[in-house]
Amino acid sequence: MIRFLLRRLAWSALVVWVVATTVFVIYFAVPRDVARLIAGRQASEQTIQIVRARLGLDKPMGVQYLSFLRRLAGGDLGESFLTQERVTAIVARDFPVTASLALGSAVLWLVMGVGAGVIAATRRRSATDHAITGIALTFYSMPPFLLGQLLLFFLFFQLYLAGFEFFPPGSYVAFSDSPLQWARFLILPWLSIALVTAATYSRLTRSAMIDVLDEDYIRTARSKGLTERRITYRHALRSSLTPVVTQFGIDLGGLMGGAIVTEVVFGLPGLGREAVQAVATQDLPIIMGIAILSAVLVVAANLAVDLGHALLDPRVRFE
Amino acid sequence: MNSATNTMVRSRGPWALAFARLRHDRAALAAGVTLVGVLLLAVLAPVIARLVGHGPGDQFLDVGLSSSGIPIGPNRTFLLGTDSLGRDLLVRIAYGTRVSLLVGVLASALAVLVGTLVGIVAGWYGGLVDRALSRLMDVVLSLPFLVFALALVAVVGPSLTISVTVIAFFTWASVGRVVRAQALSIRELEYVQAARTLGASHARIMFIEILPNVTASVIVYTTLLIPGAIAGEATLSFLGLSVVPPTPSWGNMLADAMAYYRVAWWFVFFPGAALLITTVAFNVLGDSVRDALDPRRETASRGSPEDAA
Amino acid sequence: MLAHRGERLSSAHHSARPGEPLVSLERVVKEFPVKRGGLFSRSREKVHAVSDVSLEIRRGETLALVGETGCGKSTLAGCVMRLHDLTSGKIVFDGTDITAASHAELQPFRRRMQMVFQNPYGSLNPRRRVGSIIGDPFDIHGLARGAERVTRVHKLMALVGLNPEHYNRFPGDFSGGQRQRIGIARAIALHPDLIVCDEPVSALDVSIRAQILNLLDDLQRELGLTYLFISHDLSVVRHVSNRVAVMYLGRVVEVAPVDDLYEHPRHPYTRALLSAIPVPDPDREAAREHVVLSGDPPSPLDPPSGCRFHPRCPRAEAVCASEAPRLARAPGDAAEHLTACHFPLADHELLATTTVGQRA
Repeated sequence: MIRFLLRRLAWSALVVWVVATTVFVIYFAVPRDVARLIAGRQASEQTIQIVRARLGLDKPMGVQYLSFLRRLAGGDLGESFLTQERVTAIVARDFPVTASLALGSAVLWLVMGVGAGVIAATRRRSATDHAITGIALTFYSMPPFLLGQLLLFFLFFQLYLAGFEFFPPGSYVAFSDSPLQWARFLILPWLSIALVTAATYSRLTRSAMIDVLDEDYIRTARSKGLTERRITYRHALRSSLTPVVTQFGIDLGGLMGGAIVTEVVFGLPGLGREAVQAVATQDLPIIMGIAILSAVLVVAANLAVDLGHALLDPRVRFE
Repeated sequence: MNSATNTMVRSRGPWALAFARLRHDRAALAAGVTLVGVLLLAVLAPVIARLVGHGPGDQFLDVGLSSSGIPIGPNRTFLLGTDSLGRDLLVRIAYGTRVSLLVGVLASALAVLVGTLVGIVAGWYGGLVDRALSRLMDVVLSLPFLVFALALVAVVGPSLTISVTVIAFFTWASVGRVVRAQALSIRELEYVQAARTLGASHARIMFIEILPNVTASVIVYTTLLIPGAIAGEATLSFLGLSVVPPTPSWGNMLADAMAYYRVAWWFVFFPGAALLITTVAFNVLGDSVRDALDPRRETASRGSPEDAA
Repeated sequence: MLAHRGERLSSAHHSARPGEPLVSLERVVKEFPVKRGGLFSRSREKVHAVSDVSLEIRRGETLALVGETGCGKSTLAGCVMRLHDLTSGKIVFDGTDITAASHAELQPFRRRMQMVFQNPYGSLNPRRRVGSIIGDPFDIHGLARGAERVTRVHKLMALVGLNPEHYNRFPGDFSGGQRQRIGIARAIALHPDLIVCDEPVSALDVSIRAQILNLLDDLQRELGLTYLFISHDLSVVRHVSNRVAVMYLGRVVEVAPVDDLYEHPRHPYTRALLSAIPVPDPDREAAREHVVLSGDPPSPLDPPSGCRFHPRCPRAEAVCASEAPRLARAPGDAAEHLTACHFPLADHELLATTTVGQRA
């Protein structure tokens, strides 16, 4: 077990290093004048030279790379070109928003997706099944940003016109300040990520359950007289969950992406919106910092999932 | 010898059988017809522009906007309404179809090509080659797509090429994994051993023995990748990372529409509908293709895309 | 039918004449390491598939290789065909040592030895047309293209009893017996010297087996083929072979001309195998000796010391556990009849201590 852990840790560290190096290569090794970017278009040659010297851009590439790595290892992600604020501070401020968004939608999609899948599977070929499958198909074809806009239109605007301001967009209230308000501002964003992903999970669960329900050991359970409900929840569900867990591990990576778009649509002050704005202002340190951080988060999440897998299924440890 | 096979039963190869199954699937037919319509829309975009007399970039600031500068709704001149700059929405949507289809199909084709190649090589050679390639695929799959797209575009600038490349880059590995798994199991089959005893080279075995047996999954995967690529392109243009304005794409139209959704529902609805209809049609078609190629699967309604292998 | 002698002369020159060794296996050992654990733990266990086998396959004969599942006969076939590298030992094909030959060096030899596989359903690529499959050898070795290739494939199909009009069909359209014919057509396409038949009829209906065996027999005469015939079915083997080698757990325990083996089996294991063949006449069946071996065959991961059969052998003594017997002529036997046993059975000796009435 320890060996497995060490191997995965080593592997994760490698991935993070590769990502960091790639980011470095894209930003520093590509022939562009970073100093000019920072100094601004109006700046004189002299200013640019000063900026270049201060940022260490006149040193050879190898030296720059090493100092980049060193700072990274120390947790220093540089400063914003625009505001000089430390990137780590920016990230720390935005992170709770994105985390709330991501985790909330993950919980929602798991519950909705698996639930819908189980219902569809146990009522195979019925009208309910067809309805659920059709709805799922529609939802998972939709990109989250479109769903977000539609939700805004129908669940916020139309209701607002009717006099009910239930789910206003545009701001974020910390959980510690007011859990109710926190949820209220996040519900539509959660749904716009969760519904799309839940659709995929409902299909996954449905097909996994259908396979399991056809297995001999389920037939045995039925013939022993167990109720259908017990069969579904205690026996069939457990086996059907394996592909779901696997898929969840994979989807953790995609969460960042969903969060980015949703934050833009709903105006939430999270990492995603920060990154998009940084692209517009060409504020490279912020983008780099967020990119590296996302990679670290994904790798950490995958590690946790692998660990969970290994604990549940001893065969995995020997791969 | 058995002479029965000489006479009555007309033999149909596995492809002909699959095609026959597909033809009888009503959902597939509906989806197919829809997609033909979408394709026509794309191809005939200039014709449509000519017919209504509005180009995709023509701004009609006088007749296209209301007195307060807000887009006007569907009427006789502008069949689907106008956008924030008074441009004809119908024409722009038609031109946007080109971008979506182009990127969707190209990116998927590229991803499938690379993924299949890598998957077959990894599955056939095994050992160190397989381990290295599998690790590579794992890494690529675990990277967050949008974040990296953002990072890349920040440096290189948005364009259609970037769109295609980024989408292809992040999707080839899922194809690769599926193909690799299949290649690994095919490798143990006797007809592959037979090819080795005949003295077939590695390349011959990979492309003549293994490839035809993974083609079925590859086709299914392609049809399922396309709607994802289209949605991906829409997301990228929504964020301003794909085609550059004033070129219309569904994504950037929807981005503009965000500020106007309270006053111009058509601005959100029509591009959104175009996007949704196209992706749903591709998904339905993809499901049907998968069912047609593998009739063993339980198919009262659609199953899961993940079982494409 | 057509013997295509023209092509035979154009392939590599052969020096072995009928009766002389075509293939020589000298002390061949093949072990497979068992992979257990991941990057950091390497298991030391090995599957001893083939342990020190020396055999000759003579031109023009049919040498049968018999034994239970797991005795190593398929692996040995794989070694002969150079599908595997040998752990140690030597393989000589018609005077040339091919033990260490590279892929490129083996190419001319691939034309001279071919294989017919056991599974008619797995040995043909379901997505390719049979004409293309049979024509593979011509393609791979660049011997015929286009229309000429099609003609040759048609002739091959006719030769094995298939309708040449089915050239464009898929394997799924054919029955098991027909698929074996396709496999045979593919194997004889380049008129090889040696064909290794790995249980060619085991997966077929009993009614079809005779047809395929007769086909193999006809082809042997027409094309001057040499067969290494692998089987676990002794009743089939008696019909088709000239000589028989019996394998047990990676070793050859007895080798003899076919009639000698069936009428004068010397090794206890051979005796046990033969006693398991049912005889149609119930009276004769009841009167025969039936040997029931105790226990299961041990695993090739950890074979017994000395004579590998000793744990199951009713005649085993101390020396059997410590010293592995060599293949040698038992007293009174023909020069060709070799047995690896410290206490070979004489004709009249019974192996089992139980008689018919006490059969367990």
